[in-house]
Amino acid sequence: MAESQAPAAPGAPEKAGPNHGMRIFLIWIVLALVADLLIWFLWYPHLPPGRMTESARHQQFDIAVLGLAAAPVMLFVWTYFGYTLINWRHRDGDDDDGPPLFGHTGIQASWIAGTAVIVLAAFVFGTVELIVPDGAGAGEGPNPVWKPSGSNVLQVQVIGQQWQFTYRYPQFGGMESTQLLLPLNRPVAFHVTSLDVIHSFWAYQLGVKADANPGVDNVAYTTTRQLGGFTVRCSELCGIWHGAMFDSGQVVTPTTFLAWATRTQSIERRQGVLAALPPYALSYDPTVIPQLGQQVVKVAGITGANGYYYPPSDPVAP
Amino acid sequence: MSLPARIVTLLVAFAAVVAGAVFIVVHYLGSSLAVVNYSPEASGGVVNVVMQEDPQNSVSSRPDWVSYFVQDPKTKAWVHTTLFQVPANTRVNMTILGYDGCTPLRNNFFSKVQGTIGGGMTVQQFKTVGKPLGAPRRYSVLNSWSNCSVGHTFAIPSLHVYVPMASPNTALFNSSACGASPCTSGPHSVMKFSFMTPKTTGTFRWQCFVPCGGGFLDGNGGPMQTLGFMMGNMEVSA
Repeated sequence: MAESQAPAAPGAPEKAGPNHGMRIFLIWIVLALVADLLIWFLWYPHLPPGRMTESARHQQFDIAVLGLAAAPVMLFVWTYFGYTLINWRHRDGDDDDGPPLFGHTGIQASWIAGTAVIVLAAFVFGTVELIVPDGAGAGEGPNPVWKPSGSNVLQVQVIGQQWQFTYRYPQFGGMESTQLLLPLNRPVAFHVTSLDVIHSFWAYQLGVKADANPGVDNVAYTTTRQLGGFTVRCSELCGIWHGAMFDSGQVVTPTTFLAWATRTQSIERRQGVLAALPPYALSYDPTVIPQLGQQVVKVAGITGANGYYYPPSDPVAP
Repeated sequence: MSLPARIVTLLVAFAAVVAGAVFIVVHYLGSSLAVVNYSPEASGGVVNVVMQEDPQNSVSSRPDWVSYFVQDPKTKAWVHTTLFQVPANTRVNMTILGYDGCTPLRNNFFSKVQGTIGGGMTVQQFKTVGKPLGAPRRYSVLNSWSNCSVGHTFAIPSLHVYVPMASPNTALFNSSACGASPCTSGPHSVMKFSFMTPKTTGTFRWQCFVPCGGGFLDGNGGPMQTLGFMMGNMEVSA
């Protein structure tokens, strides 16, 4: 026999249920606060790519800010999900339907407004973070829009070839090196190009990454802020030994850098390396020897091992 | 289709995919090349390694590919491989016989001898085996753009060792180049240089920076990227 329930007396107030919304809000706000504090004070200082350069610092800051923004959203979803599982789960013997759902203009408008604000804020933040650190360490192409101010920008040309990066310093007579040394606290302009296929210059701890395209001068900027070593990798699949195309570089004191650069320039001048190199240019055509003023394939005497730089059709590529 | 049949089909398909992947790894990426072991020959912290580079090879299915050969230290036979083993923290005295003609470097910076003990190398030209064309000369730069003088390079990028390989006398090469590999006669150059192996063991890739692999204006093709031809490993043992 079904248990009868006495009807409420007319005029008596209905028993108020718990305020689920407030409960969820309070749980969420505590969790979000804790998560954001952990992100800011514990995670942020250790986030990649570190603080070796201005662009790296900004990238680290960007990741931290995105983490701060994303954590509350994620935690709200998880809090609501967990609260629902605990409080509104199906219980034995309860065959009643759930309460009917109706539209709520206020909630819908708030949701749309909230997400619009988040997206617009991300757009503004991302744009500012691209402009302020002079392109954020990314390749800006041959005509960069965002440049560091001042005249003390160190020019470094990054030349990719299978499977090695080399570096030319036009302000030091165009000397070239397999070592990448940079002075501390100085803006640097990387002019990234390639002599063969497409590579990508990725100096991880510097927060610099720019594609190396043949015949193209791809410019990326950063400003060094910490002494130490950094890793350089090719991040564009450039052939079967792409994985072996990595190296390391150093940010050193301005005095050490100047001593190294002038010494290398002097050695290369004395040995005839500078004279053997092509005049410094923003990109190079590997089928031309500038010193001889004509195409390699037309240079008399350059034969053997099938002899010269191959035109695309000779012989046919397998 | 019944459930057992579907399971069997699924397992067979999975096994086929795994077998294909294993085949690709073993066949294309793996290497069955011989490793010429110089470690037992090291004495007093020094080991002598001898190699030659040829304009072709008549010992593989790619006869038009330029190729390095490594000399077996015991039998003195030339082995068609580019893998050799040397001890750690040891001075390697390299002797490379260059039988191949000249090709200009794509980046003439690699004309500079780098990473060798003393910063240079010696080059001696030969009309043929046993007939030198003058005394050995020392070089710190061998400009591949000036005199058609460089055929290849021997470079170990991770050790910052870069050595241009001198090509033989051009006129002699054009008239009487070695035509069968491994070369035992014909005009050639002999390069000698030394470098130290690292104190730690490991595999160190070496390569040629001259665009000597036929057919590719843009990028290294064929022998340039193939172990056993112009690309190799120096294995450093304890």
